[in-house]
Amino acid sequence: MRAVVTVIGKDMVGILARVSTICAENGVNVVEVTQSILQDLFAMIMMVDISKSTVPFNELSDKLTALGDEMNLTVHIMHEDIFNSMHRI
Amino acid sequence: MVDSHDILETINMIDNENLDVRTITMGISLFDCIDSDIDRACNKIYDKICRYAGNLVKTGEDISKEYGIPIINKRISVTPIAMVAAACPGKSPVHFAKALDRAAKATGVNLIGGYSALVHKGFGPGDYALISSIPEALTETETVCSSVNIGTTKAGINMDAVAKMGGIVRQLAEATVDHECFGATKLVIFCNAPEDNPFMAGAFHGPGEPDCVINVGVSGPGVVRAALAKAGDCDLSEVANIIKKTAFKITRMGQLVAQEASRRLYVPFGIVDLSLAPTPAVGDSVAHILEEMGLECCGAHGTTAALALLNDAVKKGGIMASSHVGGLSGAFIPVTEDAGMINAARCGALSITKLEAMTAVCSVGLDMIVIPGDTPAEIISAIIADEAAIGMINSKTTAVRVIPAIGKKVGEELNFGGLFGGGPVMEVNRFSPLKFIQRGGRIPAPIQSLKN
Repeated sequence: MRAVVTVIGKDMVGILARVSTICAENGVNVVEVTQSILQDLFAMIMMVDISKSTVPFNELSDKLTALGDEMNLTVHIMHEDIFNSMHRI
Repeated sequence: MVDSHDILETINMIDNENLDVRTITMGISLFDCIDSDIDRACNKIYDKICRYAGNLVKTGEDISKEYGIPIINKRISVTPIAMVAAACPGKSPVHFAKALDRAAKATGVNLIGGYSALVHKGFGPGDYALISSIPEALTETETVCSSVNIGTTKAGINMDAVAKMGGIVRQLAEATVDHECFGATKLVIFCNAPEDNPFMAGAFHGPGEPDCVINVGVSGPGVVRAALAKAGDCDLSEVANIIKKTAFKITRMGQLVAQEASRRLYVPFGIVDLSLAPTPAVGDSVAHILEEMGLECCGAHGTTAALALLNDAVKKGGIMASSHVGGLSGAFIPVTEDAGMINAARCGALSITKLEAMTAVCSVGLDMIVIPGDTPAEIISAIIADEAAIGMINSKTTAVRVIPAIGKKVGEELNFGGLFGGGPVMEVNRFSPLKFIQRGGRIPAPIQSLKN
């Protein structure tokens, strides 16, 4: 089962490291990462494999949201299926 | 990997354009709860609803978190209570309303619909008792919603029921005068009521439905408006195209949520209702879509044409995105629940006569309209009759949900708060329809009904 982590906000040192650390600590494997600048905002998209995650999805989501609040970034984690269903026929 | 542009587009829709799933509604049949002992029937109803919908709210919240989509409401609709109450003659149907209210609170849903009667061709004793009890039932409960179907294309319009409902609407408003006449917001009078509508206050679980079913209502006027704003000065063919594409995406999201809810709750998936349902929040308005198309203000000449385009494009985009479509499926135009409609009503651009024309080309009807507190019952009945006639002749659903603002006049306002919003009292035509309404009887089914 795969999910998409998105981080949007002002670029700063250590964003990738902090998000990756949370993933690693919870048994979540990072499959792919892309970064871009969108209207002066930093946007990082991370595809992660959560099938071996050691915590329930809700808890992982809460941890990432808390990180976002701390770093003043918007962090989402969403099941991959939402994007597939909305954007692919 | 999914295209990063698509991912960011979805996130932007949710964070900035108010994309959400408006409601997951579980329909529950109460036929197996019918009992001539009213207390036993009420207990059966309470137990069945709690058994079936015990996990509804939690499942909705789990799906919302996993997919990152806000799911605003979790609700329940049940078999029209008049059918259940018919087995208990002489007993007040309000007992059933209280049982529904208790069950709604126990399961954590915010509204429960189905305190309803289907009387399009005539009343049974149970129907009559239920309709008479609506004011008491809706003031003595918090979560219960009511609807009455007074006409269909197939049966015509039951004008005795229409005459009665005008008085019921007034009584409801009078009984809740200390709460902004809020009671009247929980009663919908339908022509051609759908049996699988997930939206309140008109949701009920029709007699042709399975034992239990999951129906989902999507939303997203803000997303459609934003997509049109980005497109700039294109022609109306392109406008329709953009709306179709956006509606497709919104509906696919609703379909995914519906399937997932159905799987997790072990309940069959019923339908996705392809609706643009506004809220009073800024950026979540159907009126603002019409204004984005080029009208100075909703209600201007051209509004009906713009709404017809919007409504049709939403359906065309949505139909391919879902395996089963149903409910009301169309753009909603509830005045007090739509920031753009409220503004249009305040500045005088939008009148009830224009709204009536708009209901001929979109879903539902005269919805959430505040009328003067001294409006006589027969005028309310005549408003209902006009709306039902539009539905009957055009083979579509129409409804009336008007709120007489007791003690208030045109220009003053009611404020319900929350999703129900608030808005100004709108003028009604004062010439009397009394004799027409007092005639009673039935308006015969139109020639359109003879399709066999």
